[in-house]
Amino acid sequence: MLAIEDYIARIEETCGEDKGAIVTFKYDKKDEAIAKIRNKAQLKNSISGIILEFAFQGISFRVFSSGKVIFRGINKEALREILAALLL
Amino acid sequence: MQVIDAITNFYEAHNANVHRAVHTLSQEATELHEDAREKVAKFINAKDAAEIVFVRGTTEAVNLVAYAWGLRNLKKGDEVLLSLMEHHSNIVPWEIISKITGFTIKYAKVNEDGTLDYEDFESKFSSKTKLASLSHVSNVSGVINDVKRIAKVAHEHGSLMFVDGAQSVPHIPVDVRDLDVDFLAFSGHKMLGPTGIGAIYGKKTLLETMEPFQGGGEMIKDVIFNQKIGSCGIYWNEPPWKFEAGTPNICGSVGLMEAIKYLENIGMSEVLKYEKMLTEYAVKTLQSCCTKLALYGSSDHTIKCGIIPFGIVGLSSHDVALFLDTYGIMIRSGFHCAQPLHQIFKLQSSARASFYIYNTREEIDRFAKVLKEIEQS
Repeated sequence: MLAIEDYIARIEETCGEDKGAIVTFKYDKKDEAIAKIRNKAQLKNSISGIILEFAFQGISFRVFSSGKVIFRGINKEALREILAALLL
Repeated sequence: MQVIDAITNFYEAHNANVHRAVHTLSQEATELHEDAREKVAKFINAKDAAEIVFVRGTTEAVNLVAYAWGLRNLKKGDEVLLSLMEHHSNIVPWEIISKITGFTIKYAKVNEDGTLDYEDFESKFSSKTKLASLSHVSNVSGVINDVKRIAKVAHEHGSLMFVDGAQSVPHIPVDVRDLDVDFLAFSGHKMLGPTGIGAIYGKKTLLETMEPFQGGGEMIKDVIFNQKIGSCGIYWNEPPWKFEAGTPNICGSVGLMEAIKYLENIGMSEVLKYEKMLTEYAVKTLQSCCTKLALYGSSDHTIKCGIIPFGIVGLSSHDVALFLDTYGIMIRSGFHCAQPLHQIFKLQSSARASFYIYNTREEIDRFAKVLKEIEQS
């Protein structure tokens, strides 16, 4: 059975802003993870095709083509829930 | 390559513990480690190599002085002066010790442009002040502080002067005797050296009176068990070894020595001159081509090292850093471990571009081009 850990290499809390988190996808899973997000979340904006801004379940987040995602103002539990909903 | 080769050569040809054994490898390792200490001492013009204690980095250096000196010398009623531009590493150890011994910490103001409010700092000195601690160069704004001026005022009030040299020793000529500071700390990894090695300079007379920071290994001269009382009498080694418990980071000191040789070959005045040129060029380039870019702090490059804090309207510092990262341009984002200074700048965070001797004007042009692309998207 798949778990979010199958896709995620690291989750790091950011400093500044609204105490967000940066999620780094595993290198060999990043394309698959981004594709799943594209399927499930609504694309709101694209900056040079490098920063993709999505909305999902009332939460906005930014996905980078390098395989990183920034979430803002979200606690660890809620973050894990939204990642599970997006990736599994 | 010079630093990497020195580390490789150490492990291939001289790897052993220092000050422990009579065999050849140990003697060679000891010689290299102590040569590194001499090199560091000369680099910052310390009087004596015994005034150089190897540590993991600047953070450990502040902790060393806070615990080894502060814990025993600061009491209720005493004051320590810091500034609001300090890195958390030069705030937190003092706050921890103040909770134990009850001394007071006073924070000097920083102007809105990121420069130190010298009058405020100097006005806070009194007979209660036992130590002032100030960064030589701000890790957020790059502003160079006149620590010589503050050290003079500190000594007039009978206070010691500690300088966080993490951002100055790699970038500008530093002469501890000319500055007349009591302690100065810096890290190897910010000056082409390896991670996990740094040094603290302390005046010999001070180091001699201080108690050790950690116990065990090289910091001991004798441990003699007294059968009558059933405990050990412990006698410390001389400084600097008194402060170097356990096996030191020998390959780290070897790497740091090599990094210093490299920098000396260029000349620290030349390093500073080159960085100032890059900073001036970067500020002008960014100001001319980027319209949504805000530069924080002083734009006077003559009082700065190669650090430019900035932001782009509508994007967080992390957005900017991750965008640049996709182009192979790596910058820091967030608070840079200096949250109080961001409060003064009224910022949630900042992006920080920093330059060193390996950067070029062409790289700055590319950096500006990518920033412009972010703006236009």
